[in-house]
Amino acid sequence: MSKTSRTSITMPTTAKKGSIIEIRAIAQHDMESGFRYTESGKLIPRDIIHVFTCSYNNVEIFKADFYSGIGANPLMIFTTIATETGTLEFKWVGDDGYEAINQARITVS
Amino acid sequence: MADSYALAADLPTQQKQSSYELMSPENRAMQDDPSLNPALFWISEGGSLWNAKSGEKRMSCSSCHGDAKKSMRGVATQFPKVVKGKLQTLEGQINQCRVARQGAPALPYENKELLSLTVLIANQSKGMPIAIKETATNRVDLQKGRGWFNERMGQLNLSCAQCHEDRAGLKLGGSPIPQGHPNAYPIYRLEWQTLGSLQRRLRNCMSGVRAEQFAYGSPEMAQLELFLMWRANGLPIETPGVRP
Repeated sequence: MSKTSRTSITMPTTAKKGSIIEIRAIAQHDMESGFRYTESGKLIPRDIIHVFTCSYNNVEIFKADFYSGIGANPLMIFTTIATETGTLEFKWVGDDGYEAINQARITVS
Repeated sequence: MADSYALAADLPTQQKQSSYELMSPENRAMQDDPSLNPALFWISEGGSLWNAKSGEKRMSCSSCHGDAKKSMRGVATQFPKVVKGKLQTLEGQINQCRVARQGAPALPYENKELLSLTVLIANQSKGMPIAIKETATNRVDLQKGRGWFNERMGQLNLSCAQCHEDRAGLKLGGSPIPQGHPNAYPIYRLEWQTLGSLQRRLRNCMSGVRAEQFAYGSPEMAQLELFLMWRANGLPIETPGVRP
């Protein structure tokens, strides 16, 4: 079973070579911790994102491991150096076959 | 300070305070910045649902209402509203459409789809002032809503008014007590970790005073919502709000 969700990337579309750019990546996800119970006392199974990665022209530049203490709809804000024109790919992988991929283009001059 | 005893509804609009004003700069930024506000996911979901054919009649919201950006503009400023003799909340009206026009089952409160559609519609009124007038058709419900607002309830024996009128601006357990205006719903509440309706928030307060909560979608809830909206008249809609 594979499932996915909405994601959103905010970053500049153009940048000067060598400049620092800020990237915001947010995914819609419940991040169910696996420690909660329903009103009838049944354990709600864990359903979280495990790994978030960002590759810049197929080179991994950022990676984060997520755990059950992270809140719903996790937002990552990080920076990188604009080195070349190309595509940044963002990938979230989690429980239950969860996978979400998003891309953003940047033109470096 | 005779002013502080005036009912919020009687205050001029500039003295009515959205609880946005009480939030930290970080939480305000989260509401204002589309790259930070998680409720935007529900709005995009609502946009997809708006155009999706549903129910036995294979009708979508857009089949009748067209572009939500045009047809739903200002709609949320006028709900709850008496429609065909029944006081309807925005959620109730969406469900009415689903059942009668789409032939689809009604959605329960706090259901993701219902929240998505509600937030999509309410978002079209962002920045517009709440405009609930007392009319011959809603007078009875408004009076009842006012009654609920002022009635003591629960083991703590407190009314809405005792906190949100008499003690608005003071603190409860370190947190500021807001005037309690429903101008940003559905809200993304950090405590909930998700989007939630005004009725969910009202039930929170009722459980807080250890009262029996009004049921979701009950006439009592609609009456209370109507009174709160009337009381907040003039305040601009902020949907989608973020609250701690």
